[in-house]
This record gives sequence, structure tokens and C-alpha cells, in this order.
Amino acid sequence: MPVASGQVGRLSQALMAMVLGVFIVGVVGFSHIDVIHNAAHDVRHSNAFPCH
Amino acid sequence: MSTFRSIVFSSVIAGFIVGLIVTVAQQFGTVPLILKAEVFEKAAETHQHDAAAAPQAAAAGHDHAGHSHADHDHGAEAWEPREGLERNAYTAAANVLTAIGFALLLAGFFAVRSGATGESVSWHEGLMWGLAGFAVFTIAPGLGLPPELPGVPAAPLLSRQIWWLTAVLATAAGLALIVFRRSVPAAIAGVILLILPHLIGAPELEHVETNVPSSLSHQFMVAVTMTSLVFWSLLGALTSAIFAHFDRRAEMSA
Repeated sequence: MPVASGQVGRLSQALMAMVLGVFIVGVVGFSHIDVIHNAAHDVRHSNAFPCH
Repeated sequence: MSTFRSIVFSSVIAGFIVGLIVTVAQQFGTVPLILKAEVFEKAAETHQHDAAAAPQAAAAGHDHAGHSHADHDHGAEAWEPREGLERNAYTAAANVLTAIGFALLLAGFFAVRSGATGESVSWHEGLMWGLAGFAVFTIAPGLGLPPELPGVPAAPLLSRQIWWLTAVLATAAGLALIVFRRSVPAAIAGVILLILPHLIGAPELEHVETNVPSSLSHQFMVAVTMTSLVFWSLLGALTSAIFAHFDRRAEMSA
């Protein structure tokens, strides 16, 4: 049992980190807020994210 | 929360290193081309304003080079970094954040994978995960939506973002089916998933008119692909190596 619950804990912690990562990339690369767009402008173009 | 902490630590460290290296690479690769394209964009913008004799636009001092599309009018107030050092500092910060974000995603997979196999993910396997990231986040969406230079008109932003996300999700799912389910039906379903977004097709304008020379767009496509390849290989290898280090220490102290 402890092994099993340890595995579940690891999975949910990993998922939490991944959601955080997707959120960060989403804000930097895809937010429609002008200020964020202008600050990250060259990075969006350089990563081929859809921009303007 | 030791796994979460190991993931975050290793992602922040790897993200900082890779983000800064890629910022330097972009200064030689993509950024000079963006600046060149903005000259064409600016020229076209002034021309348009003159032709339309739009007093509002002239009064607003609409000087940013980034935005000429009617569906995306920024107004005069939106802040933007000053040219030169300030602009590059924000580029560096955005690169570091993007790298940390993608590293969190990679390290999450490494944690699940090493939890399942009982062995930490090697830098070599990490490099291959990085290359998978390159295929998923650069190659697949780039086939339908090639890297855009400022001043080249494109279909409405939201529709492109939705297609981009569709391509990313379908490619990731397709590759996962092929790599992790070693059966013929899964492989067929995987390949279909890889092709599907391109059958649907990315949103595009019927008629594109731009002053930006196509040779510049082509150079930009190569520059973006190369810098992304550097980004993803480094990020995959470094994140896995650093995560393995922290994870082993966390397990020893546990």
C-alpha cells in the first residue's frame, strides 16, 4: 500500500508541475493582453507561436 | 511534496540556462530578421496611413512596428519595451519563462517515467524527449503555420491559435500511441493523428499582400527551426540530468 500511494502522490505532483508549465507557456506565448504581447513579441515570433 | 520540489528546482535551473543561451542564439538568428521585416512593415503602415489620410491614426502616433492589422488595433496607450537593451531584456525574460514552462512539462514526464521504471531518466533519453518536443511544438504546427515575420498578414489570431493547439495535441497523442503502445492498430491510429490536423488545414488568408520579401520569410523559417532545435535538445538533455540529480537526493533523504 505505501508503495501504491507513493506512486499516486508522484503522479499528482508531476501533473501539478505540468499544469503550471502549460500555464506559464500560455501566458507568455498566447495571452491576448497587449502589454504581455509587446514584452514577449520577439519570443513569440522566434518560437513560431501565432502572433498578432 | 519532494517530487514537485525536484521538478520545479530542476526546471527553473534548466530554464534559466537554456533561456539565456537561446536568447544569444536568437540575436544572431531570428531577431535581425524580425527587425528587418519591421522596416518593411513600418513603411507599409506609413504608406497606408498616408493613402487613407486617417487623421486619428496619425494623431495617435501609432509607431509600433508590430501591428498593422485592422482586427488587431492596439491603440496608442499599450506599453511596449524601448528599442535596444530594454527590448532584449524582455526577450531574455520571456525566453527564460518559456523554457521553464516547457521544462516543467518535460520534468513532469520524467518524474512519472522514472516512478514507473524505478530508474532515473538519462540525459540521452531526455534528449530524445526534447526532440519529441521539437516535433510536437515546432515542426507539426510549423507545417501548417510557418513561422511568421511581422508585416506578413495572416488569418485571424484566435483561429490560428486554436489550430496550433490542435496540431500540438494531435501530434503529441499520435507520437505517444506509436512509441508507448507497440501494436499495429495503435501505430495506425497514431499516424492518422499525426496527419489529421494537416488534412483539416491551418487557417489562412485567400490573398496575402506584403512588402516583406519571401526570401526574408524563408530565412526566418530556417532560423526559427534551427534555434528551436537548439532550444529543445538542450532543454531535454539538461532538464533530465538536473532532475535525476535532485530526484535521487530527494529519495535518499526520504
